[in-house]
Amino acid sequence: MIELHHLTKRYGDKLAVDDLSFRIPEGVVTGFLGPNGAGKSTTMRMILDLDQPTSGKVTINGRSYAAIQDPLRQIGALLEAKSVHPGRTAYDHLLWMAQSNRIPRQRVDQVLEVVGLTAVAKKRARGFSLGMGQRLGIASALLGDPQILMFDEPVNGLDPEGIVWIRKLMKSLAAEGRTVFVSSHLMSEMALTADHLVVIGRGRLLADLPMAEFIKRNSRSAVRLRTPHQEQLLDALRGAGLTADPGPDGSWEVTDGDPVLLGDLAAAHNITLHELSPQQASLEEAFMQMTADSVEYRTDGTAVPVLEQQPAWGAGWDARNKSGKES
Amino acid sequence: MAAFPAVLQSEWTKVRSVRSTVWTLAVTFLIVVAMGFALSLVIKLNYDQFTEHNTTPFDATATSLSGISLGELAIVVFGVLAVGNEYSSGMIRVSLAAVPQRGVLMGAKTAVLGALAFAVSLVTVFAAFFLGQVALGKYNTGLGEPNVLRAVFGAACYLTLLCLFSVGVTMMLRNQVLSLGILIPFFFLVSPILAIIPVVKTWVRYFPDQAGRTALEVFPTSDHPYGPWTGLLICAAWTAAALLGGYLVLKKRDA
Repeated sequence: MIELHHLTKRYGDKLAVDDLSFRIPEGVVTGFLGPNGAGKSTTMRMILDLDQPTSGKVTINGRSYAAIQDPLRQIGALLEAKSVHPGRTAYDHLLWMAQSNRIPRQRVDQVLEVVGLTAVAKKRARGFSLGMGQRLGIASALLGDPQILMFDEPVNGLDPEGIVWIRKLMKSLAAEGRTVFVSSHLMSEMALTADHLVVIGRGRLLADLPMAEFIKRNSRSAVRLRTPHQEQLLDALRGAGLTADPGPDGSWEVTDGDPVLLGDLAAAHNITLHELSPQQASLEEAFMQMTADSVEYRTDGTAVPVLEQQPAWGAGWDARNKSGKES
Repeated sequence: MAAFPAVLQSEWTKVRSVRSTVWTLAVTFLIVVAMGFALSLVIKLNYDQFTEHNTTPFDATATSLSGISLGELAIVVFGVLAVGNEYSSGMIRVSLAAVPQRGVLMGAKTAVLGALAFAVSLVTVFAAFFLGQVALGKYNTGLGEPNVLRAVFGAACYLTLLCLFSVGVTMMLRNQVLSLGILIPFFFLVSPILAIIPVVKTWVRYFPDQAGRTALEVFPTSDHPYGPWTGLLICAAWTAAALLGGYLVLKKRDA
Protein backbone atom coordinates (compact mmCIF):
# COMPACT_ATOMS: atom_id res chain seq x y z
CA MET A 1 0.00 0.00 0.00
CA ILE A 2 1.39 3.37 -1.05
CA GLU A 3 0.50 6.27 1.19
CA LEU A 4 1.32 9.91 0.63
CA HIS A 5 1.44 12.07 3.72
CA HIS A 6 1.26 15.83 3.15
CA LEU A 7 3.65 15.53 0.25
CA THR A 8 4.95 18.90 -0.91
CA LYS A 9 7.50 19.82 -3.53
CA ARG A 10 8.65 23.34 -4.17
CA TYR A 11 10.83 24.46 -7.06
CA GLY A 12 11.97 27.96 -6.25
CA ASP A 13 8.79 29.91 -5.60
CA LYS A 14 6.63 27.46 -7.51
CA LEU A 15 4.72 24.78 -5.69
CA ALA A 16 4.71 21.73 -7.93
CA VAL A 17 3.04 19.48 -5.38
CA ASP A 18 1.02 21.05 -2.61
CA ASP A 19 0.24 19.11 0.56
CA LEU A 20 -0.86 15.97 -1.23
CA SER A 21 -2.24 13.18 0.92
CA PHE A 22 -3.90 10.04 -0.39
CA ARG A 23 -3.47 6.31 -0.43
CA ILE A 24 -3.44 4.18 -3.52
CA PRO A 25 -5.98 1.37 -3.13
CA GLU A 26 -4.66 -2.15 -3.55
CA GLY A 27 -5.60 -4.54 -6.28
CA VAL A 28 -7.25 -2.06 -8.61
CA VAL A 29 -6.28 0.35 -11.38
CA THR A 30 -6.06 3.86 -10.00
CA GLY A 31 -6.02 6.65 -12.51
CA PHE A 32 -3.87 9.62 -11.55
CA LEU A 33 -5.36 12.43 -13.47
CA GLY A 34 -4.55 16.05 -13.96
CA PRO A 35 -3.83 18.59 -16.65
CA ASN A 36 -0.29 18.92 -17.97
CA GLY A 37 1.92 20.45 -15.32
CA ALA A 38 -0.35 19.42 -12.46
CA GLY A 39 2.50 17.64 -10.69
CA LYS A 40 1.76 14.03 -11.62
CA SER A 41 5.26 13.10 -12.72
CA THR A 42 6.85 14.93 -9.81
CA THR A 43 4.63 12.99 -7.43
CA MET A 44 5.57 9.70 -9.04
CA ARG A 45 9.27 10.55 -8.87
CA MET A 46 8.89 11.33 -5.18
CA ILE A 47 7.20 7.97 -4.59
CA LEU A 48 10.32 6.35 -6.05
CA ASP A 49 12.61 8.55 -3.99
CA LEU A 50 14.09 10.07 -7.14
CA ASP A 51 13.07 13.56 -6.10
CA GLN A 52 13.18 14.62 -2.49
CA PRO A 53 10.00 16.15 -1.12
CA THR A 54 10.28 19.64 0.34
CA SER A 55 8.12 18.29 3.13
CA GLY A 56 5.90 15.31 3.78
CA LYS A 57 6.68 11.71 2.95
CA VAL A 58 5.67 8.64 1.04
CA THR A 59 5.47 5.19 2.59
CA ILE A 60 5.26 1.91 0.76
CA ASN A 61 3.88 -0.79 3.02
CA GLY A 62 4.92 1.45 5.86
CA ARG A 63 8.49 2.00 4.70
CA SER A 64 10.27 4.53 2.56
CA TYR A 65 11.28 3.43 -0.92
CA ALA A 66 14.99 3.61 -0.14
CA ALA A 67 14.53 1.16 2.72
CA ILE A 68 13.11 -1.57 0.51
CA GLN A 69 15.33 -4.55 -0.22
CA ASP A 70 15.38 -5.19 -3.98
CA PRO A 71 12.69 -2.59 -4.73
CA LEU A 72 12.03 -3.79 -8.28
CA ARG A 73 10.48 -6.90 -6.79
CA GLN A 74 7.88 -4.75 -5.06
CA ILE A 75 7.31 -1.78 -7.32
CA GLY A 76 7.76 -1.66 -11.06
CA ALA A 77 7.68 1.73 -12.70
CA LEU A 78 7.55 3.13 -16.18
CA LEU A 79 8.60 6.72 -15.81
CA GLU A 80 9.34 8.02 -19.26
CA ALA A 81 9.86 6.26 -22.51
CA LYS A 82 13.40 5.45 -23.55
CA SER A 83 15.30 5.84 -20.32
CA VAL A 84 17.68 3.44 -21.97
CA HIS A 85 21.22 3.84 -23.22
CA PRO A 86 20.79 4.00 -27.00
CA GLY A 87 23.77 1.74 -27.55
CA ARG A 88 22.63 -1.03 -25.23
CA THR A 89 20.44 -3.91 -26.32
CA ALA A 90 17.00 -4.46 -24.87
CA TYR A 91 18.22 -7.71 -23.35
CA ASP A 92 21.24 -6.17 -21.66
CA HIS A 93 19.15 -3.28 -20.36
CA LEU A 94 16.81 -5.70 -18.63
CA LEU A 95 19.71 -7.90 -17.56
CA TRP A 96 21.50 -5.24 -15.54
CA MET A 97 18.24 -4.31 -13.88
CA ALA A 98 17.53 -7.95 -13.05
CA GLN A 99 21.01 -8.50 -11.65
CA SER A 100 20.86 -5.42 -9.43
CA ASN A 101 17.75 -6.80 -7.70
CA ARG A 102 18.71 -10.49 -7.77
CA ILE A 103 15.98 -11.36 -10.22
CA PRO A 104 16.69 -14.61 -12.12
CA ARG A 105 18.03 -14.17 -15.63
CA GLN A 106 15.25 -16.21 -17.26
CA ARG A 107 12.78 -13.57 -16.10
CA VAL A 108 14.36 -11.24 -18.72
CA ASP A 109 13.28 -13.56 -21.51
CA GLN A 110 9.84 -13.90 -19.95
CA VAL A 111 9.10 -10.18 -19.83
CA LEU A 112 10.49 -9.66 -23.33
CA GLU A 113 7.99 -12.28 -24.43
CA VAL A 114 5.15 -10.57 -22.55
CA VAL A 115 5.74 -7.22 -24.24
CA GLY A 116 6.45 -8.76 -27.61
CA LEU A 117 10.08 -7.67 -27.96
CA THR A 118 11.70 -11.11 -28.16
CA ALA A 119 12.57 -10.66 -31.82
CA VAL A 120 14.49 -7.43 -31.18
CA ALA A 121 15.97 -8.42 -27.80
CA LYS A 122 19.52 -8.29 -29.12
CA LYS A 123 19.03 -5.07 -31.05
CA ARG A 124 20.40 -1.81 -29.71
CA ALA A 125 17.74 0.52 -28.32
CA ARG A 126 18.87 3.31 -30.66
CA GLY A 127 16.74 1.89 -33.45
CA PHE A 128 13.61 1.45 -31.35
CA SER A 129 10.44 3.33 -32.21
CA LEU A 130 8.58 5.21 -29.50
CA GLY A 131 6.21 2.30 -29.14
CA MET A 132 9.02 -0.24 -28.81
CA GLY A 133 10.73 1.99 -26.25
CA GLN A 134 7.48 2.12 -24.30
CA ARG A 135 7.18 -1.66 -24.43
CA LEU A 136 10.73 -2.00 -23.17
CA GLY A 137 9.88 0.38 -20.33
CA ILE A 138 6.88 -1.77 -19.46
CA ALA A 139 9.03 -4.90 -19.60
CA SER A 140 11.37 -3.31 -17.06
CA ALA A 141 8.41 -2.46 -14.83
CA LEU A 142 7.20 -6.07 -14.95
CA LEU A 143 10.70 -7.50 -14.49
CA GLY A 144 10.56 -8.07 -10.74
CA ASP A 145 7.00 -9.45 -10.86
CA PRO A 146 6.01 -6.66 -8.48
CA GLN A 147 2.78 -6.28 -6.58
CA ILE A 148 2.63 -2.56 -7.37
CA LEU A 149 3.01 -1.04 -10.82
CA MET A 150 3.32 2.61 -11.71
CA PHE A 151 2.98 3.93 -15.23
CA ASP A 152 3.52 7.58 -16.12
CA GLU A 153 1.52 8.46 -19.21
CA PRO A 154 1.96 5.01 -20.74
CA VAL A 155 -0.10 5.62 -23.85
CA ASN A 156 1.76 8.76 -24.87
CA GLY A 157 2.88 8.48 -28.45
CA LEU A 158 1.48 5.00 -28.97
CA ASP A 159 -0.47 3.91 -31.98
CA PRO A 160 -4.07 2.70 -31.48
CA GLU A 161 -2.96 -0.93 -31.34
CA GLY A 162 -0.44 -0.11 -28.61
CA ILE A 163 -3.03 1.84 -26.65
CA VAL A 164 -5.44 -1.08 -26.67
CA TRP A 165 -2.59 -3.38 -25.62
CA ILE A 166 -1.67 -1.20 -22.63
CA ARG A 167 -5.30 -0.90 -21.60
CA LYS A 168 -5.70 -4.68 -21.60
CA LEU A 169 -2.40 -5.15 -19.82
CA MET A 170 -3.33 -2.81 -16.98
CA LYS A 171 -6.69 -4.49 -16.53
CA SER A 172 -5.16 -7.94 -16.50
CA LEU A 173 -2.52 -6.82 -13.98
CA ALA A 174 -5.26 -5.56 -11.67
CA ALA A 175 -7.24 -8.75 -12.27
CA GLU A 176 -4.22 -10.63 -10.93
CA GLY A 177 -4.65 -8.65 -7.74
CA ARG A 178 -1.88 -6.14 -8.40
CA THR A 179 -2.05 -2.46 -7.64
CA VAL A 180 -1.79 -0.34 -10.76
CA PHE A 181 -1.20 3.40 -10.50
CA VAL A 182 -1.32 5.10 -13.85
CA SER A 183 -1.11 8.78 -14.70
CA SER A 184 -2.78 10.43 -17.60
CA HIS A 185 -4.07 13.78 -18.72
CA LEU A 186 -6.82 12.08 -20.73
CA MET A 187 -10.02 11.43 -18.85
CA SER A 188 -11.42 9.37 -21.69
CA GLU A 189 -8.46 6.99 -21.43
CA MET A 190 -8.92 6.59 -17.70
CA ALA A 191 -12.65 5.99 -18.04
CA LEU A 192 -11.82 2.82 -19.92
CA THR A 193 -9.24 1.47 -17.51
CA ALA A 194 -9.42 2.96 -14.04
CA ASP A 195 -11.51 1.75 -11.14
CA HIS A 196 -10.44 4.51 -8.86
CA LEU A 197 -9.48 8.09 -9.53
CA VAL A 198 -7.13 10.57 -7.97
CA VAL A 199 -7.38 13.97 -9.59
CA ILE A 200 -4.88 16.75 -8.98
CA GLY A 201 -4.57 20.25 -10.32
CA ARG A 202 -1.70 22.64 -9.63
CA GLY A 203 -0.29 20.06 -7.25
CA ARG A 204 -3.38 19.97 -5.08
CA LEU A 205 -5.73 17.07 -4.53
CA LEU A 206 -9.03 17.73 -6.25
CA ALA A 207 -10.66 14.33 -5.95
CA ASP A 208 -9.95 10.87 -4.59
CA LEU A 209 -12.85 8.55 -5.20
CA PRO A 210 -14.09 5.53 -7.12
CA MET A 211 -14.53 6.08 -10.84
CA ALA A 212 -18.30 5.56 -10.73
CA GLU A 213 -18.61 8.05 -7.92
CA PHE A 214 -16.57 10.57 -9.86
CA ILE A 215 -18.83 10.28 -12.85
CA LYS A 216 -21.93 10.56 -10.73
CA ARG A 217 -20.67 13.49 -8.77
CA ASN A 218 -19.09 15.51 -11.49
CA SER A 219 -21.00 14.94 -14.63
CA ARG A 220 -23.95 17.15 -15.35
CA SER A 221 -27.07 15.26 -16.15
CA ALA A 222 -30.07 16.86 -17.71
CA VAL A 223 -33.25 15.93 -19.51
CA ARG A 224 -33.65 17.39 -22.96
CA LEU A 225 -37.13 18.37 -24.04
CA ARG A 226 -38.21 19.31 -27.53
CA THR A 227 -41.65 20.55 -28.36
CA PRO A 228 -43.49 22.69 -30.92
CA HIS A 229 -45.25 24.38 -27.98
CA GLN A 230 -42.37 26.10 -26.34
CA GLU A 231 -44.25 28.76 -24.39
CA GLN A 232 -46.66 26.27 -22.84
CA LEU A 233 -43.80 24.02 -21.86
CA LEU A 234 -41.87 26.77 -20.16
CA ASP A 235 -44.99 27.90 -18.34
CA ALA A 236 -45.70 24.35 -17.20
CA LEU A 237 -42.12 23.95 -15.97
CA ARG A 238 -42.23 27.23 -14.15
CA GLY A 239 -45.49 26.19 -12.58
CA ALA A 240 -43.82 23.03 -11.32
CA GLY A 241 -40.93 25.06 -9.92
CA LEU A 242 -38.45 23.86 -12.56
CA THR A 243 -36.15 25.87 -14.76
CA ALA A 244 -34.88 25.00 -18.21
CA ASP A 245 -31.81 26.08 -20.11
CA PRO A 246 -31.86 26.45 -23.87
CA GLY A 247 -30.34 23.40 -25.55
CA PRO A 248 -29.30 22.85 -29.14
CA ASP A 249 -31.76 23.31 -32.04
CA GLY A 250 -34.50 24.97 -30.06
CA SER A 251 -34.63 22.28 -27.38
CA TRP A 252 -34.70 22.91 -23.63
CA GLU A 253 -32.74 21.15 -20.97
CA VAL A 254 -33.76 20.61 -17.36
CA THR A 255 -30.69 20.06 -15.25
CA ASP A 256 -30.96 17.04 -12.95
CA GLY A 257 -34.49 16.54 -14.22
CA ASP A 258 -36.46 13.35 -13.81
CA PRO A 259 -37.69 12.06 -17.19
CA VAL A 260 -40.74 10.36 -15.62
CA LEU A 261 -41.83 13.50 -13.86
CA LEU A 262 -41.26 15.68 -16.91
CA GLY A 263 -43.16 13.29 -19.20
CA ASP A 264 -46.08 13.28 -16.80
CA LEU A 265 -45.96 17.05 -16.53
CA ALA A 266 -46.10 17.47 -20.29
CA ALA A 267 -48.96 15.00 -20.56
CA ALA A 268 -50.89 16.77 -17.80
CA HIS A 269 -50.64 20.03 -19.77
CA ASN A 270 -51.38 18.36 -23.09
CA ILE A 271 -48.03 19.37 -24.52
CA THR A 272 -46.74 17.31 -27.44
CA LEU A 273 -43.14 16.26 -26.92
CA HIS A 274 -40.88 15.51 -29.88
CA GLU A 275 -38.04 14.56 -27.64
CA LEU A 276 -37.60 13.54 -24.04
CA SER A 277 -34.08 12.32 -23.52
CA PRO A 278 -31.74 12.06 -20.53
CA GLN A 279 -28.38 13.71 -21.26
CA GLN A 280 -25.16 12.77 -19.58
CA ALA A 281 -22.17 15.08 -19.85
CA SER A 282 -19.05 13.35 -21.10
CA LEU A 283 -16.34 12.39 -18.66
CA GLU A 284 -13.99 14.74 -20.41
CA GLU A 285 -16.38 17.57 -19.54
CA ALA A 286 -16.56 16.42 -15.95
CA PHE A 287 -12.79 16.39 -15.73
CA MET A 288 -12.43 19.80 -17.33
CA GLN A 289 -15.08 21.17 -15.05
CA MET A 290 -13.18 19.93 -12.05
CA THR A 291 -9.77 21.14 -13.14
CA ALA A 292 -10.92 24.31 -14.88
CA ASP A 293 -9.46 26.59 -12.24
CA SER A 294 -6.22 24.72 -11.98
CA VAL A 295 -5.19 24.36 -15.59
CA GLU A 296 -1.59 25.41 -15.76
CA TYR A 297 -1.07 26.11 -19.41
CA ARG A 298 -3.91 27.37 -21.47
CA THR A 299 -3.90 29.51 -24.57
CA ASP A 300 -5.66 32.82 -24.18
CA GLY A 301 -9.01 33.29 -25.76
CA THR A 302 -9.68 29.63 -26.31
CA ALA A 303 -10.69 28.80 -22.78
CA VAL A 304 -12.53 25.53 -22.57
CA PRO A 305 -16.21 26.13 -22.00
CA VAL A 306 -16.95 25.39 -18.40
CA LEU A 307 -20.14 23.68 -17.39
CA GLU A 308 -21.50 24.80 -14.10
CA GLN A 309 -23.98 22.93 -11.99
CA GLN A 310 -26.32 25.86 -11.69
CA PRO A 311 -30.01 25.09 -11.96
CA ALA A 312 -31.16 28.64 -12.62
CA TRP A 313 -30.27 29.78 -16.00
CA GLY A 314 -29.45 33.38 -15.51
CA ALA A 315 -27.20 32.37 -12.63
CA GLY A 316 -25.65 29.68 -14.79
CA TRP A 317 -24.61 32.20 -17.41
CA ASP A 318 -23.19 34.54 -14.83
CA ALA A 319 -21.12 31.82 -13.23
CA ARG A 320 -19.99 30.63 -16.62
CA ASN A 321 -18.77 34.06 -17.66
CA LYS A 322 -17.18 34.68 -14.34
CA SER A 323 -15.19 31.47 -14.28
CA GLY A 324 -14.23 32.06 -17.91
CA LYS A 325 -12.64 35.34 -16.96
CA GLU A 326 -10.89 33.99 -13.92
CA SER A 327 -9.11 31.19 -15.64
CA MET B 1 19.43 -2.52 1.18
CA ALA B 2 20.43 -3.67 -2.22
CA ALA B 3 23.07 -6.35 -2.09
CA PHE B 4 26.46 -4.96 -3.02
CA PRO B 5 27.70 -8.00 -5.00
CA ALA B 6 24.46 -7.97 -7.02
CA VAL B 7 24.92 -4.29 -7.81
CA LEU B 8 28.56 -4.92 -8.77
CA GLN B 9 27.44 -7.56 -11.23
CA SER B 10 24.78 -5.22 -12.56
CA GLU B 11 27.28 -2.39 -13.05
CA TRP B 12 29.62 -4.78 -14.84
CA THR B 13 26.80 -5.70 -17.22
CA LYS B 14 26.20 -2.01 -17.86
CA VAL B 15 29.81 -1.26 -18.68
CA ARG B 16 30.42 -4.30 -20.87
CA SER B 17 27.22 -3.89 -22.88
CA VAL B 18 28.00 -0.59 -24.56
CA ARG B 19 30.42 -0.11 -27.40
CA SER B 20 31.97 3.07 -26.05
CA THR B 21 33.70 0.99 -23.37
CA VAL B 22 35.45 -1.15 -25.93
CA TRP B 23 36.56 1.61 -28.22
CA THR B 24 37.69 4.11 -25.60
CA LEU B 25 39.78 1.46 -23.84
CA ALA B 26 41.12 0.08 -27.13
CA VAL B 27 42.09 3.59 -28.19
CA THR B 28 43.82 4.12 -24.85
CA PHE B 29 45.86 0.98 -25.40
CA LEU B 30 46.68 1.76 -29.02
CA ILE B 31 47.71 5.36 -28.47
CA VAL B 32 49.89 4.66 -25.45
CA VAL B 33 51.60 1.63 -27.00
CA ALA B 34 51.95 2.94 -30.56
CA MET B 35 53.09 6.42 -29.56
CA GLY B 36 55.55 5.03 -27.05
CA PHE B 37 56.95 2.64 -29.62
CA ALA B 38 57.23 5.27 -32.34
CA LEU B 39 58.90 7.82 -30.08
CA SER B 40 61.30 5.24 -28.75
CA LEU B 41 62.23 4.33 -32.29
CA VAL B 42 62.75 7.94 -33.32
CA ILE B 43 64.91 8.59 -30.28
CA LYS B 44 67.03 5.51 -30.86
CA LEU B 45 67.70 6.64 -34.42
CA ASN B 46 68.53 10.20 -33.38
CA TYR B 47 69.88 9.54 -29.91
CA ASP B 48 72.72 12.06 -29.91
CA GLN B 49 70.57 14.93 -31.10
CA PHE B 50 67.94 14.22 -28.47
CA THR B 51 70.26 13.88 -25.55
CA GLU B 52 72.88 16.52 -26.22
CA HIS B 53 71.19 19.20 -24.09
CA ASN B 54 69.92 16.83 -21.41
CA THR B 55 70.78 17.79 -17.87
CA THR B 56 69.60 14.48 -16.46
CA PRO B 57 70.29 10.94 -17.60
CA PHE B 58 68.23 9.63 -20.49
CA ASP B 59 64.95 8.16 -19.16
CA ALA B 60 64.20 5.08 -21.25
CA THR B 61 61.11 4.30 -19.16
CA ALA B 62 59.52 7.71 -19.60
CA THR B 63 60.27 7.58 -23.32
CA SER B 64 58.45 4.30 -23.75
CA LEU B 65 55.50 5.65 -21.74
CA SER B 66 55.34 9.02 -23.50
CA GLY B 67 52.12 7.98 -25.23
CA ILE B 68 50.34 8.49 -21.93
CA SER B 69 50.17 12.25 -22.45
CA LEU B 70 47.73 11.61 -25.29
CA GLY B 71 46.36 8.22 -24.30
CA GLU B 72 45.18 9.53 -20.95
CA LEU B 73 42.56 11.51 -22.82
CA ALA B 74 40.99 8.31 -24.12
CA ILE B 75 40.67 6.83 -20.65
CA VAL B 76 39.21 10.14 -19.44
CA VAL B 77 36.62 9.82 -22.22
CA PHE B 78 35.91 6.27 -21.04
CA GLY B 79 35.24 7.48 -17.50
CA VAL B 80 33.05 10.36 -18.67
CA LEU B 81 30.96 8.27 -21.05
CA ALA B 82 30.54 5.37 -18.64
CA VAL B 83 28.64 7.56 -16.18
CA GLY B 84 27.59 10.44 -18.42
CA ASN B 85 25.45 8.27 -20.65
CA GLU B 86 23.16 7.55 -17.70
CA TYR B 87 22.37 11.22 -17.47
CA SER B 88 22.07 11.92 -21.19
CA SER B 89 19.66 9.02 -21.68
CA GLY B 90 17.63 9.57 -18.51
CA MET B 91 18.66 6.08 -17.42
CA ILE B 92 19.91 7.41 -14.09
CA ARG B 93 16.29 7.37 -12.88
CA VAL B 94 15.99 3.71 -13.76
CA SER B 95 19.29 3.03 -12.01
CA LEU B 96 18.20 4.83 -8.87
CA ALA B 97 14.79 3.17 -8.91
CA ALA B 98 16.59 -0.19 -9.03
CA VAL B 99 19.21 0.78 -6.44
CA PRO B 100 17.85 3.66 -4.37
CA GLN B 101 20.79 3.57 -1.95
CA ARG B 102 23.03 6.20 -3.56
CA GLY B 103 26.13 5.05 -1.75
CA VAL B 104 25.74 1.45 -2.91
CA LEU B 105 25.16 2.49 -6.51
CA MET B 106 28.06 4.93 -6.53
CA GLY B 107 30.38 2.50 -4.74
CA ALA B 108 29.64 -0.35 -7.12
CA LYS B 109 30.00 1.88 -10.15
CA THR B 110 33.31 3.30 -8.97
CA ALA B 111 34.63 -0.15 -8.09
CA VAL B 112 33.72 -1.64 -11.46
CA LEU B 113 35.01 1.28 -13.52
CA GLY B 114 38.15 1.56 -11.40
CA ALA B 115 38.92 -2.14 -11.64
CA LEU B 116 38.41 -2.20 -15.39
CA ALA B 117 40.44 0.97 -15.91
CA PHE B 118 43.25 -0.41 -13.74
CA ALA B 119 43.33 -3.75 -15.58
CA VAL B 120 43.46 -2.07 -18.97
CA SER B 121 46.03 0.46 -17.74
CA LEU B 122 48.31 -2.26 -16.39
CA VAL B 123 48.26 -4.19 -19.65
CA THR B 124 48.73 -0.97 -21.59
CA VAL B 125 51.68 0.44 -19.68
CA PHE B 126 53.55 -2.86 -19.50
CA ALA B 127 52.99 -3.46 -23.21
CA ALA B 128 54.17 0.08 -23.94
CA PHE B 129 57.19 -0.33 -21.70
CA PHE B 130 58.38 -3.62 -23.19
CA LEU B 131 57.73 -2.62 -26.79
CA GLY B 132 59.39 0.72 -26.16
CA GLN B 133 62.49 -0.99 -24.77
CA VAL B 134 62.65 -3.18 -27.86
CA ALA B 135 62.49 -0.08 -30.04
CA LEU B 136 65.16 1.70 -28.01
CA GLY B 137 67.61 -1.12 -28.62
CA LYS B 138 70.91 -0.49 -26.87
CA TYR B 139 69.59 2.55 -24.97
CA ASN B 140 66.94 0.49 -23.20
CA THR B 141 66.41 -0.23 -19.56
CA GLY B 142 64.85 -3.08 -17.59
CA LEU B 143 62.28 -3.49 -14.83
CA GLY B 144 65.11 -4.49 -12.50
CA GLU B 145 66.76 -1.06 -12.69
CA PRO B 146 66.10 1.34 -9.81
CA ASN B 147 62.68 2.99 -9.84
CA VAL B 148 61.68 1.51 -13.19
CA LEU B 149 59.06 -0.92 -11.91
CA ARG B 150 57.66 1.83 -9.69
CA ALA B 151 57.42 4.17 -12.67
CA VAL B 152 55.61 1.64 -14.86
CA PHE B 153 53.26 0.56 -12.08
CA GLY B 154 52.80 4.22 -11.13
CA ALA B 155 51.74 4.93 -14.70
CA ALA B 156 48.92 2.40 -14.41
CA CYS B 157 47.82 3.92 -11.10
CA TYR B 158 48.00 7.39 -12.63
CA LEU B 159 45.76 6.44 -15.57
CA THR B 160 43.25 4.77 -13.26
CA LEU B 161 43.09 7.76 -10.93
CA LEU B 162 42.64 10.14 -13.84
CA CYS B 163 39.78 7.98 -15.11
CA LEU B 164 38.06 7.96 -11.71
CA PHE B 165 38.65 11.69 -11.32
CA SER B 166 36.70 12.13 -14.56
CA VAL B 167 33.98 9.83 -13.25
CA GLY B 168 33.61 12.04 -10.18
CA VAL B 169 33.59 15.26 -12.19
CA THR B 170 30.94 13.87 -14.55
CA MET B 171 28.77 12.83 -11.62
CA MET B 172 29.01 16.34 -10.29
CA LEU B 173 28.20 17.97 -13.62
CA ARG B 174 25.65 15.31 -14.64
CA ASN B 175 26.34 16.07 -18.29
CA GLN B 176 28.81 14.20 -20.45
CA VAL B 177 29.24 16.87 -23.11
CA LEU B 178 29.98 19.50 -20.51
CA SER B 179 32.36 17.15 -18.71
CA LEU B 180 34.29 16.35 -21.86
CA GLY B 181 34.33 20.03 -22.76
CA ILE B 182 36.00 20.83 -19.46
CA LEU B 183 38.22 17.82 -18.82
CA ILE B 184 39.78 17.35 -22.26
CA PRO B 185 40.96 20.94 -22.70
CA PHE B 186 42.05 20.98 -19.09
CA PHE B 187 44.30 17.93 -19.35
CA PHE B 188 45.42 18.53 -22.90
CA LEU B 189 45.94 22.30 -22.95
CA VAL B 190 45.37 24.23 -19.76
CA SER B 191 47.40 22.14 -17.37
CA PRO B 192 50.45 21.59 -19.65
CA ILE B 193 50.53 25.26 -20.66
CA LEU B 194 50.18 26.60 -17.12
CA ALA B 195 52.86 24.14 -16.04
CA ILE B 196 55.52 26.05 -18.01
CA ILE B 197 54.52 29.54 -16.95
CA PRO B 198 57.04 30.55 -14.28
CA VAL B 199 55.00 31.92 -11.38
CA VAL B 200 51.89 29.82 -11.92
CA LYS B 201 53.73 26.56 -12.17
CA THR B 202 54.41 26.28 -8.45
CA TRP B 203 50.66 25.92 -8.06
CA VAL B 204 50.06 23.85 -11.14
CA ARG B 205 52.33 21.20 -9.67
CA TYR B 206 49.46 20.28 -7.41
CA PHE B 207 47.00 19.72 -10.27
CA PRO B 208 45.89 16.07 -10.42
CA ASP B 209 47.64 15.25 -13.68
CA GLN B 210 50.87 17.14 -12.91
CA ALA B 211 51.12 15.58 -9.47
CA GLY B 212 50.28 12.10 -10.71
CA ARG B 213 52.86 12.26 -13.48
CA THR B 214 55.70 12.45 -11.01
CA ALA B 215 55.03 8.77 -10.30
CA LEU B 216 56.25 8.05 -13.83
CA GLU B 217 59.67 9.59 -13.40
CA VAL B 218 62.61 7.27 -12.91
CA PHE B 219 65.04 10.08 -12.16
CA PRO B 220 63.81 12.80 -9.83
CA THR B 221 64.32 15.44 -12.46
CA SER B 222 61.92 18.14 -11.75
CA ASP B 223 62.04 20.70 -9.04
CA HIS B 224 58.99 19.19 -7.41
CA PRO B 225 58.84 19.58 -3.66
CA TYR B 226 57.40 16.07 -3.35
CA GLY B 227 58.36 12.56 -4.42
CA PRO B 228 56.65 10.13 -6.79
CA TRP B 229 54.44 8.43 -4.20
CA THR B 230 53.39 11.74 -2.69
CA GLY B 231 52.55 12.90 -6.20
CA LEU B 232 50.35 9.87 -6.70
CA LEU B 233 48.74 10.56 -3.33
CA ILE B 234 47.98 14.14 -4.33
CA CYS B 235 46.37 12.81 -7.50
CA ALA B 236 44.43 10.29 -5.41
CA ALA B 237 43.25 13.08 -3.11
CA TRP B 238 41.87 14.97 -6.10
CA THR B 239 40.14 11.81 -7.26
CA ALA B 240 38.66 11.15 -3.85
CA ALA B 241 37.41 14.73 -3.67
CA ALA B 242 35.81 14.49 -7.13
CA LEU B 243 34.12 11.20 -6.25
CA LEU B 244 32.91 12.58 -2.94
CA GLY B 245 31.50 15.59 -4.76
CA GLY B 246 29.83 13.28 -7.24
CA TYR B 247 28.33 11.26 -4.41
CA LEU B 248 26.97 14.34 -2.69
CA VAL B 249 25.38 15.57 -5.90
CA LEU B 250 23.85 12.14 -6.47
CA LYS B 251 22.53 12.09 -2.93
CA LYS B 252 21.26 15.63 -2.64
CA ARG B 253 19.96 16.52 -6.05
CA ASP B 254 16.75 15.31 -7.66
CA ALA B 255 17.39 12.75 -10.34
